[in-house]
Amino acid sequence: MKYSYFPGCSLKGTGRSYEESLLPVFKALGVEMEELDDWNCCGATAYMAVDEVKACVMASRNLALAERLGHAELLAPCSACYLVLNKTKHYLHDSASVRGVVGQALQQADLSYSGNVPVRHPLDVLINEVGLDEVKKRVRHPLKGLKVAPYYGCQIVRPYATFDDQYNPTTLDRLVEALGGSVVRFPLKTRCCGGSLTGTLPEPGLLCSYIILKEALARGANVIATLCPLCQFNLDGYHDKITRKWDPVRIPTVYFSQLMGLAFGLSEKEMGLHRHFIEMPALAASAAA
Amino acid sequence: MDNQRNEPRIGFYVCHCGTNIAGMVDCPAVAQYVSRLPNVVLSRDYKYMCSDPGQELIQQDIREHRLNRIVVASCSPLLHEKTFRGATEKGGLNPFFFHMVNIREHDSWVHTDKQAATEKAKSLAHAAIHRVRFHKPLEVKQVPIHPAVLVVGGGIAGIHAAMTLANAGKKVYLVEREPSIGGHMAKFDKTFPTLDCAACILTPKMSEVGAHPNITLWTYSEAMKMEGYVGNYTVTIRHKPRYIIEDACVGCLECIDACVYKQPKFFDEFNMGLGKRKPVYIPFPQATPQVVLIDPETCLNLKTGKCKKTCVEACADRKAIDFTQKETFSEIKVGAIIVATGFKSFDAQRIPQYGYGTYPNVYTALEIERLVNASGPTGGEVVLRDGKKPKSIGIIHCVGSRDHKTNRWCSRVCCMYSMKLAHLLKEHTEAEVYSFYIDMRTPGKGYEEFYGKLLDEGVQFVRGRVGEVTDWAFTKEEEGKLVIRVEDTLAGYVRRIPVDMVVLATGLEPQADAQEVRRRFNMSCGTEGFFLERHPKLAPVNTFTDGILLAGCCQGPKDIPDTVAQAGAAAAEALVLIDKGHIEQEPNTAFIHEEDCSGCKSCIPLCPYSAILFNEETRKAIINQALCKGCGTCVASCPSGSIEQNLFDDEEIFSEIEGVLAYE
Repeated sequence: MKYSYFPGCSLKGTGRSYEESLLPVFKALGVEMEELDDWNCCGATAYMAVDEVKACVMASRNLALAERLGHAELLAPCSACYLVLNKTKHYLHDSASVRGVVGQALQQADLSYSGNVPVRHPLDVLINEVGLDEVKKRVRHPLKGLKVAPYYGCQIVRPYATFDDQYNPTTLDRLVEALGGSVVRFPLKTRCCGGSLTGTLPEPGLLCSYIILKEALARGANVIATLCPLCQFNLDGYHDKITRKWDPVRIPTVYFSQLMGLAFGLSEKEMGLHRHFIEMPALAASAAA
Repeated sequence: MDNQRNEPRIGFYVCHCGTNIAGMVDCPAVAQYVSRLPNVVLSRDYKYMCSDPGQELIQQDIREHRLNRIVVASCSPLLHEKTFRGATEKGGLNPFFFHMVNIREHDSWVHTDKQAATEKAKSLAHAAIHRVRFHKPLEVKQVPIHPAVLVVGGGIAGIHAAMTLANAGKKVYLVEREPSIGGHMAKFDKTFPTLDCAACILTPKMSEVGAHPNITLWTYSEAMKMEGYVGNYTVTIRHKPRYIIEDACVGCLECIDACVYKQPKFFDEFNMGLGKRKPVYIPFPQATPQVVLIDPETCLNLKTGKCKKTCVEACADRKAIDFTQKETFSEIKVGAIIVATGFKSFDAQRIPQYGYGTYPNVYTALEIERLVNASGPTGGEVVLRDGKKPKSIGIIHCVGSRDHKTNRWCSRVCCMYSMKLAHLLKEHTEAEVYSFYIDMRTPGKGYEEFYGKLLDEGVQFVRGRVGEVTDWAFTKEEEGKLVIRVEDTLAGYVRRIPVDMVVLATGLEPQADAQEVRRRFNMSCGTEGFFLERHPKLAPVNTFTDGILLAGCCQGPKDIPDTVAQAGAAAAEALVLIDKGHIEQEPNTAFIHEEDCSGCKSCIPLCPYSAILFNEETRKAIINQALCKGCGTCVASCPSGSIEQNLFDDEEIFSEIEGVLAYE
C-alpha cells in the first residue's frame, strides 16, 4: 500500500506531533506515504470564505501534483485539508465553469488534473484498508485504564460523511477499543471546538472548547482523542485562559496516532507528546512491559 | 358478415383531438394522402372521433359504404381502442377488423416541426392501412370467476374491506400474520381529532369479523404463494403453529395464570416492550380471536422439553394445548385479492442524534400510545422509566419524514397524532408540553380546529427541526434533564429546552418485507417502496394486475378515515369484478401449431406469466389461454416458428413494417 501524502501546514507547525506519530505508526503497519513535492497551502476554511473559485484553484494544484506523482490515492491527515480537497473535487465534478477556470490556471503552471485522485483520511485507511485486526496484532502495550473521549470535530463528517456516520461516527471509537482503551459515551463528538474563533473572537470560541473539555471530564474520560490539528490546538492550548474565565478542566487532548504509537510500544517522545501542554496520564504497566 | 371475407374495403379516420393533434399535424392532408392508397374506400378527418357523433360516423359509413376494415388515427389505444372496437362492432363488423394509430402521444405531443410531424402521421397511417388488410375476426372469450375474495392483512383496512364484502353476501378469507387482528389501530389510545377511544370503535368491528358467517378468519397465518389469473387465483396460506387448538380454546386464560413462570418476564410486542408477558399469552384483552398462543422461543417445554406443564393441567378437559402442532398449509381459490398489509413505524435509532435507545426517557409515539392507554402496561399512568412523573415533555415531529437523509415523504398522520398525544399527555400529567414542528399539516375535517384547540390549551409550539437531543447541561436547570437543541425559526435563534421526556413522532414506512409481498402478488412499488396504484387519481385502489386491489397504508401513509374510505373502495372494486360472474379475455393470445412444435421446451422458462406447460404424452408445449397476456416473448423465441399470436401474426407485423418502410 503506497499513498501520496499531503501534510498541509499544520503538520509541519502547530501539529508537528501529528506527523511525528503518524509516519512511524503507518510505517509499522506497512503503509508507505510519499510526500508531495512542492505542495502549497490548501486554503483552509479562510480562503473558501473569501473566494471559492480561487480557493479551488489553490487546492487543485495539490490534486494535480498528486496525480503527477502517480500513486492511486492521496492521504490528507488534517481535517481542514481533507475537507477542502474533497470540497474542491465536488466543485470540479459538479461545475463546468469551475473546471474551466481551474483547468486554465493549472495549464499556466504546466499541470493538469483529470479528477481521478481520491482523497482519503488516515483513519479511513486504517479502518477500511489496513483493518483493525492488523492494528491489534501490533499492540504491545494495551491502553488499559485509559478512558478515552473520542472527539471527531466537525470537518471530518460535515458536510460530506464519506467513511463514517454524520451524526454518530464510530471509527475512532472502534480504533481506541482495538488499542485496548475504553471509550466513554461522548455525545459531543462532532461538536465545534471553536475553530479559528479562539484567535479572532475568543469569548465564544473558548466557550466551545470549555464545553468539550468539561463534558469529557464529567463523563469520566482521562484523555480526549482527536484527529484534527486545530481541535488539538484549541483543546490543549488555552487551559490558562479557560481556567481564568470558568474553572479548571484539565484533560489532555492527543492524536489517535499518538495513542496507536504508545500502544505499539513507541515512546512518548517519539510520539511528540512532549510538545503538548497538558501531560498524558501514565499508562498502566502492561503484562508485556 | 360476407363482406368481411371479400377484398378489403377500408375506412380511415384521422382525429383532430381539438388542437391536441391538429395543432401539430395537418389532419386534412393526412386524410387526403390516405384516400389515394389501395383498398381505401373512404378517408375522413374529424374534430373528435371519440365523441358520439364520431362513433356514429363509423357505424354509418360501415353500412353505407360496405366497409370491412376500420383504421382510426388518434390517441393512444390505452385510451380509446375499446371505444372504436365498440363502434366497429355496432356497425356490424367483428371488432378486431379495427386498427388504431397513435398520432398524439407518439407524434403531435412529442414533436415541434409541423411538416415532419405530418409526414410521420402519414407513414404511420400507411403502415396501419397495410396491416389491417390481414386482420382476422377474433372471439372474446368469457371465463367464469370464483366469487370469493382474499383480504391480506387484518388491520382496520382489512377489517373494513372484509366486513363490507361479507355484508354483501360474499365469501371472504381474512388472513393476518399476527396472533390477533386489529393492527396498529388496536394499539392506539384515542383517535384524532374527535378523541374517541380507538378500542371502543375498533373492537366491536373485530368481534363482528370473528363471528361473521361469511368470513373465514385465519390469524397467525400468511399468504405465501399466488397462482392463476384474475377471477381464478389459487393462494397458499401458511398457518403458523400457536400450540393451541383454536376450536377448543375458549379464552378463559387459566393456562396463563397456571404457567410455571409466576411473573411475566418476556418482551411484550403489543406494548412495545414497555410491559412483560409470559410464554403463554394473549396479545391484548380484546384480541380476536379470543385464543391464547404459546411462544416457542420462551416456553420452557418447547425449548427444553422439561416443564411441569401446569398450563396443560389448568386446561384440563378442554385439551386445547397441543405441543406437537406443526405449521400447516391451506389452498384457497378466490376471484380477487385485497392487499392491506399496512406500514412499519420508522426505526428512531436511524437518527442517532435524537438519542432513542441511548437515553431511556426518549420514547417513540407508539410507546406513548401504550403509556397513556388505560389497558396499557402502566394502566394509563404516564411515568418515566424510573417511575417519576414528567414535568416537561418535548414532542419532535417529522422523525424519519420529510428528511433527505432518511425518508423524503410526509407521513401525513404525525402532525395530528402528535397533537393528540400532546393533549393526552397534558391531561394525564399536567406537564409543560412542547411540540417541535417544521410545518403544521392539518388537512382534514376538523383537524385545523383541533390545532386551534391545542393552542388554547397552552401547548407550546416551536417551529423548527430539532438538531439534537442531548444530556450535557449548560446551566443548573438543565442538569439531569434531556436538552432539546433547536433553531426556533419564528423567533430566529437557537434554543436549548430542557425536558424530562422526549417523544419522537416517527413516520410511516413500507413494511420490511414489502418487496417480497410485491413479488408474491405481482404488484409494483413506487420509489419509496409503498405498493403502486394503477393510476394515482383515477384508479387509486387497483394495481397493474387485474383483480389485485390495495387498501390502507401499504399504498402510502394515511389516517384512519382515509384508510376506511379506501378499504370500502377496494371492496366495491372487488364486488364489481366478482358480481359480473365472468371476465372477458382479450383474444390477442399466443397459440402453438402442434404439428410444428419439436418439444424443445425453450419457451417454457421464458414466459413471465407461467402460462406454458409441457404435455408429457404428446411431447408438445401447450399455452394456457387464460394465463397468456400476449407479450409475444415465446413467439419470438420459438426456434421452429411454431408459436403464433392472434393480432400479431407474421403477415400482420411484416405488412405493418413494410408499410412504414414503403412510405414515400
